[in-house]
Amino acid sequence: MPGRLKIHVDQDKCQGHSRCKSLAPELFELDEYGNAHEIGDGTVPAGLEDKAWLAHSNCPELAIEIKEE
Amino acid sequence: MSNPAPVTDWVHDFDHTDPRWTDNPFPIWDELRAKCPVVHTDRFLGVYLPTTYEAVKEISYDTEHFSSRRVVVRNVRPEPPQPAPPITSDPPTHKPAKQILLPPFTPDATVKLEPRVRAICNELIDAFIDQPSVDAAAHYTKHIPTRAIAHMLGIPEKDGDLFIKWIHEILELGIHDDAVLMRAVGDMTAYFAEQIEARKIHPTDDLISTLMNARDKDGRPLSDEHVQGSLRLLLIAGIDTTWSGIGSSLWHLAKTPTDRERLIAEPELLPTAIEEFLRAYSPVTMAREVMKETTVSGCPIKPGNMVLLSFPAANRDPAVFPDADKVIIDRKENRHAAFGLGIHRCVGSNLARMEMLVAIEEWLKRIPDFRLDPSRDMKWSEGTVRGPRQLPLLLGKAA
Repeated sequence: MPGRLKIHVDQDKCQGHSRCKSLAPELFELDEYGNAHEIGDGTVPAGLEDKAWLAHSNCPELAIEIKEE
Repeated sequence: MSNPAPVTDWVHDFDHTDPRWTDNPFPIWDELRAKCPVVHTDRFLGVYLPTTYEAVKEISYDTEHFSSRRVVVRNVRPEPPQPAPPITSDPPTHKPAKQILLPPFTPDATVKLEPRVRAICNELIDAFIDQPSVDAAAHYTKHIPTRAIAHMLGIPEKDGDLFIKWIHEILELGIHDDAVLMRAVGDMTAYFAEQIEARKIHPTDDLISTLMNARDKDGRPLSDEHVQGSLRLLLIAGIDTTWSGIGSSLWHLAKTPTDRERLIAEPELLPTAIEEFLRAYSPVTMAREVMKETTVSGCPIKPGNMVLLSFPAANRDPAVFPDADKVIIDRKENRHAAFGLGIHRCVGSNLARMEMLVAIEEWLKRIPDFRLDPSRDMKWSEGTVRGPRQLPLLLGKAA
């Protein structure tokens, strides 16, 4: 059985393009400057794995890390 | 007004104002990319052009060797250039100047403008929907960002024609004619000085007041020059860029009925399609000035030269985008750099995306059938913002 995914937005890389937030609003939130952060501890709920990978593959700054636990 | 010699050797002597580049730059970029990741021309007092995604990215992230103090490549390099923070700022002054502008341009902030933008689009369409043909650049795409930014700044939407004239003088005529550029900047400064003075007496709830009320880290207000510079930036950067993005998208849909029909049948695909239009027809090429000797993708880079930071060419790089020369409206993986990479990411990207989406959505709802008018000429802008400046369309089903 595949492990759960955990996402993290690297704050040194994120420039606030907000692609992740529009593609996967269940997984990302934006701060007052528009920079993205993973919601909670970044654990991806079952069924949202594809959205996590979609956000990852559309981030121009390569700021989203995905780990399989 | 100089009349540059036609280009015969693109690899060693390119010219981004050559009419062939203006008309169709894509085969030129493909040819240059196949030769070298960074090419050079002696024109415009010396300019490099990175042609690959990797080289564009490397320069975007390298603020040590490449300065933003000049962001337009021109025939002259007068000192000192008119600053427009934060686009013309380098670290460490860049971040505080940018942070003042970020909150009014978040997705949540721009969504509040959406109803006004939707209304603007419909008012414009009302004026020509009963006609058999329209120049969509002159009567639709141009006015949407102009009125939207005027609305945000709190200045009359009817002053839009004035803004468009200044922008044309600064970004297009100004490449070759310094006097025209300086006069336009002067007129714009006088216009905003009046707006700023009026707000000192009667504060308002708009972006000009937001800038006037901003404080730096020591609690001091911004200087009038800083406020002026940022206003200049918002007006110049917010109008012909989005005008171009909407225009190129409409142009593509006018000549591609299959994509048009699919977007009408599957409107939920539109945000993905807009990202693809942004990739394939990226409007904006930025510039940097080389400050110190370095290498990029193995190519030597020498100070005294400018760089044309071609996000449009990067976005056509087949090493990063499969079928880079094809417009695929449901492209899933799309790390395009249309809004830049690194610290200078376009502050208005969320606004631009919203305007493009609403403009195309409203157009398709009301004018599902349209095509290019073969009896009249298309015209593209010259210089570093690319988009249709004449877009003659026939409206309604083909007879």
